[in-house]
Amino acid sequence: MSDYILRLDDVHTDIGQYHILHGVSLNVPEGGVYVLLGRNGAGKTTTLRTIMGLWRARKGAIVFRHHDITTLHTSAIARLGIAYVPENMGIFGRLTVEENMRLASTTGRFDETRLKRIHALFPAIERFWDKPAWSLSGGQKQMLAISRAIIEPRQLILIDEPTKGLAPAIIRAMIDAFREIAADTTILLVEQNFLFARSLGSNVSVIDDGRIAHSGGMAELAADSALQTRLLSLSLDAHQ
Amino acid sequence: MKTGMTLERLGGVNLLPIALMIVALPLIGSFSSWATLTVAGLAMGMMIFLMASGLSLVFGLMDVLNFGHSAFISFGAFIAATVLAALAAWMRADSVTLNFLALFAAIGAAALFGLVAGWFFERVIVRPVYRDHLRQILITIGALIIAEQLLLAIWGGSPLPVARPAILEGSIILGDVAIEVYRIFAFFLGLTVFVALYLTLNRTRIGLLIRAGVENREMVESLGFRIDRLFIAVFMAGSALAAMGGAMWAGYQGLISASLGGELLVLVFIVVIIGGLGSIEGSLLGALMVGLMGNYVAFIFPKLALASNMLLMLAILLWRPWGLRPAITH
Repeated sequence: MSDYILRLDDVHTDIGQYHILHGVSLNVPEGGVYVLLGRNGAGKTTTLRTIMGLWRARKGAIVFRHHDITTLHTSAIARLGIAYVPENMGIFGRLTVEENMRLASTTGRFDETRLKRIHALFPAIERFWDKPAWSLSGGQKQMLAISRAIIEPRQLILIDEPTKGLAPAIIRAMIDAFREIAADTTILLVEQNFLFARSLGSNVSVIDDGRIAHSGGMAELAADSALQTRLLSLSLDAHQ
Repeated sequence: MKTGMTLERLGGVNLLPIALMIVALPLIGSFSSWATLTVAGLAMGMMIFLMASGLSLVFGLMDVLNFGHSAFISFGAFIAATVLAALAAWMRADSVTLNFLALFAAIGAAALFGLVAGWFFERVIVRPVYRDHLRQILITIGALIIAEQLLLAIWGGSPLPVARPAILEGSIILGDVAIEVYRIFAFFLGLTVFVALYLTLNRTRIGLLIRAGVENREMVESLGFRIDRLFIAVFMAGSALAAMGGAMWAGYQGLISASLGGELLVLVFIVVIIGGLGSIEGSLLGALMVGLMGNYVAFIFPKLALASNMLLMLAILLWRPWGLRPAITH
């Protein structure tokens, strides 16, 4: 039980009148990258937002370590050590890169060692340090969003589709960065890009229509093309 | 393209009030009249800035349409007038210290009322209707009507005369130009508040949080901050600034009535809209433009005086639909 850093147990979430999550259960082990795969509209983003308390679970439980965070305020969830990188990156465009980073630091000051590590991972962050964040490219904004998440030690980082719209060269840089980050932090990664997810994830769940359709090892899924076809084209078949 | 870049480097839209002053000079024809109108416009602009800056931040950060904002302006004016009347002996004393003590006691009392009433207003009136613009409009207009009735019940329906401290009476004569001392004081008080707000927003952590919150509230919460507590603080500060602006306006007008806030609300909304939501710099620009435009047009084309600020808003929104210096564009 204690090996899991995050557990979702039969989580149901509504958005307005729509019932989006229909009893999602996940067990995310400590360390490494856990991947949540699924098509557009399957409930991936809703799962992350429900974990962060941005949308409330109507039913079920979300447990982070030994804390039941189901009804906690988003800010309290973040203070427990969970960072969130949303799909739109959540960059404050009118603030400088430095100000974006400073906001993510609890004290407003930087740990120089961590900052050097971030600069080594993403040189653009250092290069554009005093520039407004709106002036960054899409890839650089993603780097800033991830840098913000690791400017302090976090126990869990929730990342929503970081490769969306990025060039292959930047995606390769992201893979290296995520591998390094995952050495001392758990990452729950939401993705549609299976090749990217396969290169990082040790465990995977596939979500479809608000339900977990499969959970297991990434190696098992990567090696079984029949399973991939069944799971990753599941909704396509189901919705035709 | 090249001209545009040069203008941006020189200050861009920040130059608009200066451009307006330059254009007005030949139209007015007389330098002394132009100088008097310009000082009056700048002073008026600064007072409207005090009232509008809080509303702009509340609008930008909290996405709240607060039509009750003018209640703080009215109460600020009446409370200041009452304190000034109670301290009449200090006001007339031949002592600069006592004069200023009376004035700052009046402004301080108004601001203190704004802080406390702002806290109450946010908790009781606004909090239940966050994210619901229609209900916000209805409930804040309702609160404004109640506030106006309270003003009538407390101070009566007759216009209330407002005394000025002796030190701020009269004018300074520079050649042909007569400049009211009160207007100079109002200008510098507004400027001081602007600098204080600017430094708070740009040099402090709380300011960083407010600027970030104006852009993306959800992300600020995801970084571990309670944006609702920031909301209360900003709402209280905005209400205190409105009350302070009302206090200064009372001294400027010399005679106030319960409808004062409602009349000023239109100007305040115009300033917030043309300045751009959530932006202190935009509020200052918008307020100065409104103050100058109102004074110039009343002198040059008296028949257009009432429409001048609406026309200004129309022109600016056609040019920049999000306002001159918006902090948010969605």
